[in-house]
Amino acid sequence: MTILQFILWSVLKVAVVTVVMLLGIAYTVLLERKLVGRIQNRWGPTRVGPFGLLQPLVDGAKSFLKEDIIPAGVYRPLYLLAPIIALGCALISIAVVPFGATVSVWGSPPLFQIADVNVGLLVILGVTSIGVYGIALAGWSSNNKYSLLGALRSSAQLVSYELALGLSLVGVVLRAGTLNLRSIVEQQGTNGILSWNLFGGFQFVAFFIYLMAAFAETNRSPFDLPEAESELTGGYHTEYSSMKFAMFFMAEYGNMINVGCVATLLFLGGWTNPFGNVFGTSHNILVQALMPLFWFVIKVFSFLCLYVWVRGTLPRFRYDQLMNFGWRWLMPLAILNIVATSLWLAYR
Amino acid sequence: MHLILFIIFAGLCLAGAINLLLQTHPINSALSLIVVMTSLAVLYLLLGAEFLAAAQIIVYAGAIMVLFTFVVMLLNAGREERTMGSRAAWTIGFPAVTAILAVIATVILHAQGLGVARLGDGITSTEELSSVLFTKLLLPFEVTSVLILIAILGAVALARHSEVNEDSHGDAERTGK
Repeated sequence: MTILQFILWSVLKVAVVTVVMLLGIAYTVLLERKLVGRIQNRWGPTRVGPFGLLQPLVDGAKSFLKEDIIPAGVYRPLYLLAPIIALGCALISIAVVPFGATVSVWGSPPLFQIADVNVGLLVILGVTSIGVYGIALAGWSSNNKYSLLGALRSSAQLVSYELALGLSLVGVVLRAGTLNLRSIVEQQGTNGILSWNLFGGFQFVAFFIYLMAAFAETNRSPFDLPEAESELTGGYHTEYSSMKFAMFFMAEYGNMINVGCVATLLFLGGWTNPFGNVFGTSHNILVQALMPLFWFVIKVFSFLCLYVWVRGTLPRFRYDQLMNFGWRWLMPLAILNIVATSLWLAYR
Repeated sequence: MHLILFIIFAGLCLAGAINLLLQTHPINSALSLIVVMTSLAVLYLLLGAEFLAAAQIIVYAGAIMVLFTFVVMLLNAGREERTMGSRAAWTIGFPAVTAILAVIATVILHAQGLGVARLGDGITSTEELSSVLFTKLLLPFEVTSVLILIAILGAVALARHSEVNEDSHGDAERTGK
């Protein structure tokens, strides 16, 4: 494969994945509005298109057409840069996520992953940690008390919970012995649901910690203090309007999808079949290529539904409760999990 | 290919470093430092140290610099005034910096047993790195971690100390326990 072919394939893959990701973000918003509606005993959006299915497109058009207001007192370069950082980081981490088995056509590189990186997990963590700047700079450059308070809360929360998040993944990495996401998934694929890290790997404590930390990392309820509207009006994006606000909004939902992808890859067996070989394997080449994609999407979708369910059910924490929970419960628990996993691996 | 990337990111790194010195606003300086850290990570990657590159981004660009920007935001530090510096700094400073850099460079270039890394070297796997770190270099590694632990304990002790003082003065606004 020449370098030109490689570049062409990569551009193609990036374009397709970006479009799918953006559509996914748009329809996650609709999913949330629909599900929260049902939880609160109402219908959610129903007017635009059948079952309200065209609502995301209309919302997108609306945010494009709204007047873009830049307040007078802002620090312009950073005010303009912040939403780009936030959305950029939300879209980048999908690049190392493998979402299907190794399939290639006409001598292409593997189709269902943009880049197979040896330290894929660390790349995702690194991109997430850069994403904090989007929020921090937005709050600071807006020159608004509420924005600054929201940004401070948010960065403190992200930095605290990133620790628990990272530590909760160590157990999985210890079991797999690699940081490559593809190998981590392939090791869980032998016996269906029984060899998932969540069940067969006895990593449910890690999964619980990951779940809590992931809710906090994406600023979702019950940890959505950075945008607690009763205290902070809008939080870090108070001064943003039109498409810039929409970019923060999309970044939040993009991060939800990323977190769902990581949970699927590390704990739920990625694209592998949860039934293992119970029903046998199909010999049709198309089915063999597309079934993994189907399972991956189903797993991420269930994770997103869980997100929305929690949002519709639980009230918001108080800020000191949030910090106590992160530092005094989650982190020690994560360290205990690492110690227990290492002891088990050493004993075995 | 490696050379082109090296030139781009070394240039970016230097530009960031110079911008860091020239900017008058602390937050711009902090952001330039992030650019420097990130380009350094790419340079590590070009030398085949992928774990180091990822750790550089997570630890330095992601965690430490967030704390920097955090402090800048909290203190709300304003613009600095630009002065040309004292004459002594101009006459002694530049020769001194050159001399120190020259000494460091000679020492490093002549040191024995450091090993060589070239552009386009094969990627060192994390497994290899960790086996060296936890067998050959175990003692230095553990000493470093103890050092960091002491720093953490010191920070906690300082923070607790001020809290105890506040309590003894009977801070009425403290809620909770």
